[in-house]
Amino acid sequence: MIRMENVHKTFGDNQVLKGMSLEIPKGTSMVIIGGSGTGKSVALKCVLGLIKHDSGMIYVDGKDATKGDRDAFLARFGMLFQGAALFDSLPVWQNVAFRLLRGPLKRPREYAREIAIEKLRRVGLKSDVADRFPSELSGGMQKRVGLARAIAAEPEIIFFDEPTTGLDPIMSGVINDLIREIVTEMGATAMTITHDMSSVRAIADNVAMLHGGVIQWTGPVSQMDASGDPYVEQFISGSAEGPIEAVR
Amino acid sequence: MNPLNLLGGLGRAVLALFATFGKVALFSVDAISHIFRPPYYPREFLVALMNIGWLSLPVVGMTAIFTGGALALQIYAGGARFNAEAVVPQIVAIGMVRELGPVLVGLMIAARVTSSIAAEIATMKVTEQIDALVTLSTHPMKYLTAPRVLAALITVPLLVGIGDIIGIAGGYVVATQNLGFNPATYLQNTVNFLETHDILSSLAKGATFGLIAALMGCYYGMNSGRGAQGVGRATKSSVESAAIMILAANFILTGVFFSL
Repeated sequence: MIRMENVHKTFGDNQVLKGMSLEIPKGTSMVIIGGSGTGKSVALKCVLGLIKHDSGMIYVDGKDATKGDRDAFLARFGMLFQGAALFDSLPVWQNVAFRLLRGPLKRPREYAREIAIEKLRRVGLKSDVADRFPSELSGGMQKRVGLARAIAAEPEIIFFDEPTTGLDPIMSGVINDLIREIVTEMGATAMTITHDMSSVRAIADNVAMLHGGVIQWTGPVSQMDASGDPYVEQFISGSAEGPIEAVR
Repeated sequence: MNPLNLLGGLGRAVLALFATFGKVALFSVDAISHIFRPPYYPREFLVALMNIGWLSLPVVGMTAIFTGGALALQIYAGGARFNAEAVVPQIVAIGMVRELGPVLVGLMIAARVTSSIAAEIATMKVTEQIDALVTLSTHPMKYLTAPRVLAALITVPLLVGIGDIIGIAGGYVVATQNLGFNPATYLQNTVNFLETHDILSSLAKGATFGLIAALMGCYYGMNSGRGAQGVGRATKSSVESAAIMILAANFILTGVFFSL
């Protein structure tokens, strides 16, 4: 389980998180929605320790996320970045098997390659993609490779940062379905941030609306449409009228 | 203009400069310490050796040969003013080995290697590849910085040595083909005049300049701002800083080696 308690984060004069609290039960899929610049990515990066929060507490399975063995902590996570963040200098299979080629999870090269190809198949890519470089792939294929990398070491917790941004609706649907399938199949705890309402409906067990640096509403996805929260309602409808200012 | 405002602006600029020195110094200590601490990434080190050493050879060779040739012509023309044309071999040798070889190789490495390291790492930062490395339990200082710094520390002195030899060869060709010097005498004078101390100082300067070039590339890459502008600014600043630090270090090292 992931628990954020009263987390604050400020960049210069810009206070992004103003006491964000959120709980993600083990084995569930939480989707955080909210406008651009509301701190969704910052919240996710605070959990991973990529950004240090100013105050508040973050717990993973009851343990303070900022303390203890960092490598062991990160080994429990997989992450799909917004732009896939594949390493340009490495072929696709080495991107996917990155963790299996070095560090504490190191495996023999041939075995790591087999795993990479298996994970590529899992995300719908053929084995001939394995030896290509990321720059030779389309945006949708890069996202799938990023997804394969995120699940390669079979992590307990997976984060997805805007998984469908920049993709056409069909490819977005494919990625959403893959995420849902993989999370269910692996029994992983998932945390996704997105603007895309079709992703929310496809991926989420629970939804949290982040606005003004705090969680405005959280609940099961089935209750989202009838939440009664003006922020959530405006976000779902995409209306310019409401508590969220259209010009920010 | 209010003199207090001027003084305030000057004070802020000086403080910012010292803050940058402090950050660069801490980064350098951290980067160098990671060379000695596992895990090690031999594959990345070999790639860096290839990029920094082997692929810099053409540009270093061309720079050295033309500089050596031009130096021979200048010394011959200048020496002729007081009947000292015969000193061409000695001055070309000492000029290349003590000064021009290390400094020009250092500056070429700053242009070629520092810029490339800064642009590559800055792009990785902007595209979240550095964050991805962290989430894959890989320390960016160990994976990106340590192999490049170590490779530069090893290869740049070798490049300086090769540059020295090619520069002297450039002077030899010009002196024997255009200026009428006897080839055997030219080589004899070159070898007799150079001392071990000259060569060691050249290689030590090479190691220092290599370290500076790699560290500046890594520092500005890792601290790059956002977007294409951030990458461009990081690349520009890395080359400027590396070039200035190489020239300053050259002055200090020359003082240490030859004035004491």
